Amino acid sequence: MVSTETSPRAEPAAARERFDAVIAAGERIEPRDWMPDDYRATLVRQIAQHAHSEIIGMQPEANWITRAPSLKRKAVLIAKVQDEAGHGLYLYSAAETLGVSRAELLDMLHEGRQKYSSIFNYPTLTWADVGVIGWLVDGAAITNQVPLCRCSYGPYARAMVRVCKEESFHQRQGFEILHVLAHGTPEQRAMAQDATDRWYWPSLMMFGPPDAESAHSARSMAYGIKRFSNDELRQRFVDMIVPQADALGLTLPDPDLRWNPERGHYDFGEIDWAEFTQVLKGNGPCNRQRLSHRRAAHAEGAWVREAARAHAAKRARRAEHEGSPA
Amino acid sequence: MSERPLDEWPLWEVFVRARRGLSHTHVGSLHAADAEHALHNARDLYTRRREGVSLWVVPAASITASAPDDREVLFDPADDKVYRHPTFYSVPEGVEHL
Repeated sequence: MVSTETSPRAEPAAARERFDAVIAAGERIEPRDWMPDDYRATLVRQIAQHAHSEIIGMQPEANWITRAPSLKRKAVLIAKVQDEAGHGLYLYSAAETLGVSRAELLDMLHEGRQKYSSIFNYPTLTWADVGVIGWLVDGAAITNQVPLCRCSYGPYARAMVRVCKEESFHQRQGFEILHVLAHGTPEQRAMAQDATDRWYWPSLMMFGPPDAESAHSARSMAYGIKRFSNDELRQRFVDMIVPQADALGLTLPDPDLRWNPERGHYDFGEIDWAEFTQVLKGNGPCNRQRLSHRRAAHAEGAWVREAARAHAAKRARRAEHEGSPA
Repeated sequence: MSERPLDEWPLWEVFVRARRGLSHTHVGSLHAADAEHALHNARDLYTRRREGVSLWVVPAASITASAPDDREVLFDPADDKVYRHPTFYSVPEGVEHL
């Protein structure tokens, strides 16, 4: 991952041929290999969006750290939010191998020029939301991310292997929170059901628009960045969560949800894509809050970054002084 | 006071020894102000689940890498030297420990 080096310019036709052969063989492209400009641009856009989602995703959950119902739940939630920060950092590192700097990426997030997953623009109203985020939101993320472990770009694939290992803890802790609530008092049960009702549809939207309307899908599939289509992954997710909801004793708020023996899959209802578009445009319940909090956190951390630089410079000067002959 | 860009913290490559007896393996990179800071960040970022017993951090700028285009020059000469592998040699049947 020597990100500061750009790919040497090989003879384009031969380089393109070699790139295509690597992709066709299902092998990995590495940072210093020649790659087409649109492959690089697609990866920067996707990895940056993914990294931004991880760090913005810390906010809705961190909202409950001070109000976690027990010390155990609090410790678990802190560990989970710390993991999300870590996932963001793995991904920013991977993006940097493509020749873009971390400062640039953060600027693009702060200025709204790059997006993050629209799921994080929904509020976490009760403790049960923390459970549902682990179960449905992290569950959907895992469904999306497992195939990315075989993505054609080496550094992204390696980051995803690490992320996926850690996500399974997130999904299970969420499921456990919900299981306890769903088997608790009537009020706790109602809280678990209410949170499930609010997050079900947004979690289905996490897979992106239907295949026919997905702007970047075809190119990403051709380049081996994406292995399955949005609709395939969405179906896989629905098939996974229906029996899990049964095990929790909760219902999914979808009257059209039923097993289709001919397809061998669950049919599900029509997604409200108008809502998705609105949230994507910045009109979701928390868009402004999420971005302004991110900008404020970045600005408030400036003195820490400055102090670390000053401290490092001072130590370097001292070492030089002590090391010089008397 | 205007802030200098965050990427003035240099980039470090991180290597983790998973357990005694194994080599350090490259796991990723991070930004840090100096080596000690890089070690602290590497601990927090790459060993939250007992992934290792030892860390190396190396300034990314200190690494010299071979270029993909030099692959043939560097590595192809080994292709026609099959006699460097034990399977190149025939051994009479029944001879053991060879």
